[in-house]
Amino acid sequence: MSQKIYVTGIGLISAIGDNVEQTLDSLTRGKTGIGELELIDTIHKTRIKVGEVKHTNEELIKRVGLPADTKITRTSLLGMIAAKEAMMWAGIKDTNDFRTGIVSATSVGGMAITENNFNDYLNVEKTGDFLDYILTHDCGDSTEVMAKYLHIKDYVSTISTACSSSANSIMLGARLIKNNMVDRVVVGGSDSLSKFTINGFMTLMILDKEQCKPFDKDRKGLNLGEGAGFIVLESERAAAGKEILCELTGYGNSNDAYHQTASSPTGDGAFLAMEKALRLSGLKPKDIDYINAHGTGTEVNDLSEGTAIHRIFGDAVPMISSTKAFTGHTLGACGGIEAVLSVLAIKYNLVFPSLNFTNQMNELKFRPSTVLETEHPINHVLSNSFGFGGNSSALIFSRH
Amino acid sequence: MGAYIKGIGIVSPQKTFNTKTFLTETVEHTTNSLRCIEPYYPEFINPVLARRMSRTIKMGIAAAMVSLRDAKVEMPDAIITGTALGCWEDTEKFLVAMIENSEQLLTPTAFMQSTHNTVSSQIALLLKCMNYNFTYVNKGFSFESAVLDAMMMLGDSDAKNILVGAHDEMTEKYFNITKRVGFWKEEAVATSEVLRSTTNGSVSGEGAAFFVLGKEKGEDDYAQLRSLKMIFEPENEHQVEEKINELLSENGLTCADIDVVVYGKSGDVRYDKIYSHLEDTLFKNSASVSFKPLCGEYQTSSSFALWEAAMMLKTQTIPTAIQVNKQPKSEMKNVLIYNHFMNTYHTAFLLSQC
Repeated sequence: MSQKIYVTGIGLISAIGDNVEQTLDSLTRGKTGIGELELIDTIHKTRIKVGEVKHTNEELIKRVGLPADTKITRTSLLGMIAAKEAMMWAGIKDTNDFRTGIVSATSVGGMAITENNFNDYLNVEKTGDFLDYILTHDCGDSTEVMAKYLHIKDYVSTISTACSSSANSIMLGARLIKNNMVDRVVVGGSDSLSKFTINGFMTLMILDKEQCKPFDKDRKGLNLGEGAGFIVLESERAAAGKEILCELTGYGNSNDAYHQTASSPTGDGAFLAMEKALRLSGLKPKDIDYINAHGTGTEVNDLSEGTAIHRIFGDAVPMISSTKAFTGHTLGACGGIEAVLSVLAIKYNLVFPSLNFTNQMNELKFRPSTVLETEHPINHVLSNSFGFGGNSSALIFSRH
Repeated sequence: MGAYIKGIGIVSPQKTFNTKTFLTETVEHTTNSLRCIEPYYPEFINPVLARRMSRTIKMGIAAAMVSLRDAKVEMPDAIITGTALGCWEDTEKFLVAMIENSEQLLTPTAFMQSTHNTVSSQIALLLKCMNYNFTYVNKGFSFESAVLDAMMMLGDSDAKNILVGAHDEMTEKYFNITKRVGFWKEEAVATSEVLRSTTNGSVSGEGAAFFVLGKEKGEDDYAQLRSLKMIFEPENEHQVEEKINELLSENGLTCADIDVVVYGKSGDVRYDKIYSHLEDTLFKNSASVSFKPLCGEYQTSSSFALWEAAMMLKTQTIPTAIQVNKQPKSEMKNVLIYNHFMNTYHTAFLLSQC
């Protein structure tokens, strides 16, 4: 299976920008998207900081050009915007010229609407067009909506493996091309903030009240975020004559098999995922120029991931940063968003800063990059994503 | 592609769990919402852990463990699960508590177990299985996506045995909610009467089924799973016929080679037409069997059909409870499953005798 997988398009929306251009601008200026929660009504509003996309659903509906009364979830809307940008970047106007698929990922699907309508759904006295939202709850719904919007029909699937979901959709996309199921595939993920998620993470007590500090000795937890990130993968044949942004050369999936929500202190799942990705890419650890870490800022993740990184790289850890302090932890979307950032790192030879880092962790020998690095050639980027249930994934993007 | 079915574990509204008997007796339910007959769990799950688990997690784990034991496989090379709603009971529990208590006094257990990948993860945790672990959540294509991935993986990696399965559960609240979009029958129907029903809607169902799919042929395999197709919102009957013919010809077969077709008739008068059409046209010479009266309608119900087809091929028998018309003329060699959920997600599986 030596077939090459080309990345020809990127698109994203998050708290730091509505598209690639705005995102790059925020990243290079060190401008975080984390701040007050404005669009969700919750009692925790003042107790948390989030990476929120500051557009109402009405504004997003308008932006994608749908009628104002369309019954559609925020997860779908964010996904449509990011996936469309990725397709435009790849110059795909016709989805009939090559077999085209879409694999998306989400952790809560339409929950942001379900949680508000739930009692009304159960109240048979109450009727109205809000009932049209019932079937938008399922995770698979947002992918179908995106597929119809983008006229994609050759393969449509959805993955939900918690916070590693969209890294897995990228991995599946590559395998679909290698197995000759499709010629190109739009892959990534989308998640919107919801009261359900906010309350869930509150009970786990892993939310930082202030800006998160990935890999810092005094890190207090993560900031939730929302958004969507998609990339277009194409076979050599489908990508012929196009600008190749980079190649997806490696991917690995493993399970930590340690605990339902916590990572093992030895980082076994993370270690295996990175090891598999490296093996597939044929690269040595020393070939990696930049690690875009999962780096959520929780006590457990950063220790587990950092330990696994040392197990792979020894003391020679490449430049590393977590961009979660820009975007927040976008859960099912983070693998997609960070894949886009990894592609940008290669395209412009950049290493994005890990914001809010001050003190090095005692257990680790590396410090993340805290300023924008522009002077180093970035040829190979490793992007990590880990989730509840021990799901661990690693992707490697390489200069073409 | 293609895979050998080496082990099966299935929890359903029938006595299907951990038994080699094949529907020798059926449980006659009279309801519009079938519930699973739950296994005795202590054999599979530590009771201390089980106490905190929802039904779908326990049913999923029990089905997975039995399928591995059945296949004599200790450590699968991958765990791949399909579920439309994931761990809905836990999701609902946390959601209701959050709404009723105005976001206060919540505890984390239900939230922690509400993620869609919980069953896949818990199986990995129990087995200490650090291999590939995936969960598909694609409405009526969830199980199909999982099976397709497993078949792809048997071809593109050194994986030998893959644990692949599906689970979905129904709760009273979710039944009432989805009844509002016309999924379910208003009235209770007896299991043996479902296919004679003349009303709109199906009898809802649920289940958990896991299969060990292997790369190499063995002596005790149930059947060979050769291929599958998904058709999203087919425009007409012609498109369905075309896809079925494509599936058969890709495997060097024609309609005449199909001895038995397992149809997903649910007793919903709006949506059963396509099955009757196929019975009268492409497969007028094949025997017809049903499965949905026994397990009910749910997004991953084709996993029940896959068990049924595998059992028919292995035992070379068709239990009377599922027999719709004629018996096959001779030995059963090839079985086709044709199923759809709410006329949106159409799927076809092709199996052959080993």
